Amino acid sequence: MKRLAQHALFWPSVTLALLLVVNAAFNPSFLAISWRDGHLYGNLVDILNRAAPLMIVSLGMTLVIAIRGLDISVGAVVAIAATVAALLVGGGFSAEGANTSEHPLWFALGAALLAALVCGLWNGVLVVHARMQPIVATLILMVAGRGIAQLLTGGQIITVYYPPYFVLGSGFLFGLPVALWIAAGLWLVLQWLATRTALGLFIRAIGGNPDAARVAGVRAADIALCVYTFCGLAAGIAGLIISSNVKSADANSAGQLLELDAILAVTLGGTALTGGRFSLGGTVLGALIIQTLTATIYSLGVPPEVNLVVKAALVFAVMLLQSAEFRALVARVARLRAGET
Amino acid sequence: MTDRDIVLEARGISRAFPGVQALAGVDLTLRAGEVHALMGQNGAGKSTLIKVLTGLCAPDAGSIKLLGAEVAWHTPQQAQRLGISAVHQESHLLPNLSVAENICAGRYPRQPWFKGGGIDWPETRRRARDLLSRLGIDVDVTRLAGGLPAAVQQLAAVARAVAGDARVLILDEPTSSLDAGEVQALFRLIRALRDQGVAILFVTHFLDQVYEVCDRMTVLRNGRLVGEYTCGKLDARGLVAAMVGREIVEAHKSAAHAPRTQETPAALSARGLARRGALEPVDVEIRAGEVLGVAGLLGSGRTELARLLFALDPRDQGDIQVDGQPVRLEEPADALRLGLAFCPEDRKQDGIVAELSVRENIVLALQARMGLGKFLARAAQRELADRLVAALGIKTASIETPVGQLSGGNQQKAIIARWLATRPRLLILDEPTRGVDIAAKQELMGEVLKLAADGTAVLFISAEIEEVVRVSDRILVLRDRAKAGELPGDAGEDAVYSLIAGGMAAGDA
Repeated sequence: MKRLAQHALFWPSVTLALLLVVNAAFNPSFLAISWRDGHLYGNLVDILNRAAPLMIVSLGMTLVIAIRGLDISVGAVVAIAATVAALLVGGGFSAEGANTSEHPLWFALGAALLAALVCGLWNGVLVVHARMQPIVATLILMVAGRGIAQLLTGGQIITVYYPPYFVLGSGFLFGLPVALWIAAGLWLVLQWLATRTALGLFIRAIGGNPDAARVAGVRAADIALCVYTFCGLAAGIAGLIISSNVKSADANSAGQLLELDAILAVTLGGTALTGGRFSLGGTVLGALIIQTLTATIYSLGVPPEVNLVVKAALVFAVMLLQSAEFRALVARVARLRAGET
Repeated sequence: MTDRDIVLEARGISRAFPGVQALAGVDLTLRAGEVHALMGQNGAGKSTLIKVLTGLCAPDAGSIKLLGAEVAWHTPQQAQRLGISAVHQESHLLPNLSVAENICAGRYPRQPWFKGGGIDWPETRRRARDLLSRLGIDVDVTRLAGGLPAAVQQLAAVARAVAGDARVLILDEPTSSLDAGEVQALFRLIRALRDQGVAILFVTHFLDQVYEVCDRMTVLRNGRLVGEYTCGKLDARGLVAAMVGREIVEAHKSAAHAPRTQETPAALSARGLARRGALEPVDVEIRAGEVLGVAGLLGSGRTELARLLFALDPRDQGDIQVDGQPVRLEEPADALRLGLAFCPEDRKQDGIVAELSVRENIVLALQARMGLGKFLARAAQRELADRLVAALGIKTASIETPVGQLSGGNQQKAIIARWLATRPRLLILDEPTRGVDIAAKQELMGEVLKLAADGTAVLFISAEIEEVVRVSDRILVLRDRAKAGELPGDAGEDAVYSLIAGGMAAGDA
């Protein structure tokens, strides 16, 4: 039990379990899962589906933070990828039944991902080669990216009428959401890279002591460039899922504040913001915690106007629960109380 | 000089820090219109004495008289008010403020027309301009300090220090980042201040600078006073002997041109390797199986040479050949690929990744050379780490222990293990035994010799001349960021010392 409690993923798991228990207490049917229309159906499935884009973005963010970086432009990259894909797929109502597209689907998706990749590369070049502070370098794209997306759409929300595009965000495969498969696949690939190749070692060395990593011959600049590029790509994938889910691309609000949720998910998962120590599994749990939180607020019927305050309070509580210092304090107070009686 | 000229007189100053007696009964006398050198090796107590004089730390015992009156001060501000100012090696100016703002900082002139008014900027600039022109420094006072060359910043920092009518000016290694011309500009300023009657305490590692600008010197060793000398009475060789605590019997002047020991091709050779402000052009050649010792005082360019060879700092010039072939060597990753290895001087900063395990620290360089494509499997990593931990006698609970939890000596061994894992052609060791206890030191030295016997070329850098002489086949002596000469390994310590003391000693003798 003690060894279990020391595992890096213990407290994030406890947090997630607690949230689910709270939900179940208020709404007994919350945990119910049924089979409907050829796939699994229920709140949990919904949470997994909605958490998928955040998971994907957060996985990219995890690697960036692990090398002592930060990428606050992921929300804007989501908007760019969504816009590019929606514009290229386009399509419209037709008498035959609305299944035409401007360009082939593979072309639209590829172009959107390429755009996201370029965004990540741009961030990487600014940080690695222009030696800008990560938060400043990515702030540029955070602001400009949304502007570019709005420029592309002419300020309009682009609606997509081409059903095959909707598979990404609301389709199912083997009973589970396609988006979840994508997120899980990405996680597995990264997990494999981090533990079965030298990438994990290099990233932790760079994050732990960049100077020493360089002296040891690690090509820190190249790795950092790849990590930022991947973070952009991950945001692009999330952008496709998000726009596919809502069947449109809103340059103004797609991925709004997603960067903050992603940083929060990474932190909740136990990755050190100072770099070095990172946990991909923790990040996935972190993303699930955040999405469950959102679901909790809806399921408790919190009025929309106090929504953000409740979320803030819950995040605060979650952070306290995860803080080793706070837990030590609680334990000390508890011991004192026990001593008094 | 009469006692009338004495400005500051410190007697019997002692100060202990946990585990070390930094100063034990040290005397220092500074006289008006004199430049006084404070000399000593690392750990001699120079910095502590300066801290006591500038009010940064209080002495445990001893007294200080200023102009004959006993005084005590507890903060740098109090010391400054009494006319004692210091310019430190690194605390130049605030880069984001103009020169005028820097010079008048803390004593800005106020606008006269209402009480407690704002800063009078025209007056600030006028004062700064006056001061600088009085000292013969030509610089636009409205420019940001950060945009000025290091040398001009240094001059302005000295000007700021004397702006409040300083009686005593302490210069702590002011020339360590200046080139020859810039040093001369600083010396002109020092002489001008001296002639105005300021007592100047000059701390440096450059022996020739002492003889160029100083009148008198005080030598410390291991926290104790060795003596006070006038510069005319103690030549460079005598000074080095006083600093290191060893008499030099006689100079081996001819030893500087010792014949080459072997004629095998060089594992690595560098021609005209140089970097501005760090190292004058130096030729280095090192053969397989040879230990080339590098000796020199701090600031002589020892570490700089190592960093240039490993491409940690970009070189301004110099061709490097490995096995007789010119090579591309622009970053550490290139050096690694070429079979070079480097144990840096600063273990914490450039060596270990503290939170990674011993195993991960050991495999890091080898894995970096193999690249991302090829992965050293976990089992192979463990085997390698186990073998090197045993071979070097690294004391650790397990190979999965974070390396930061090991003692300094064992961390050092872990870094050496990291490089041994790459089977290097040339191993550069920069102060590998610093901060390592005596037993571990002997083990490390034994490892170095074993490696060389196995055909690895070793570049061995150490501040401890004795150590260099003991292990080296040849000794490269550096002085003032340039090559002073080369000696055969059996030349003996005295020959090294006299080469460090340099041509001045030979010329004066």
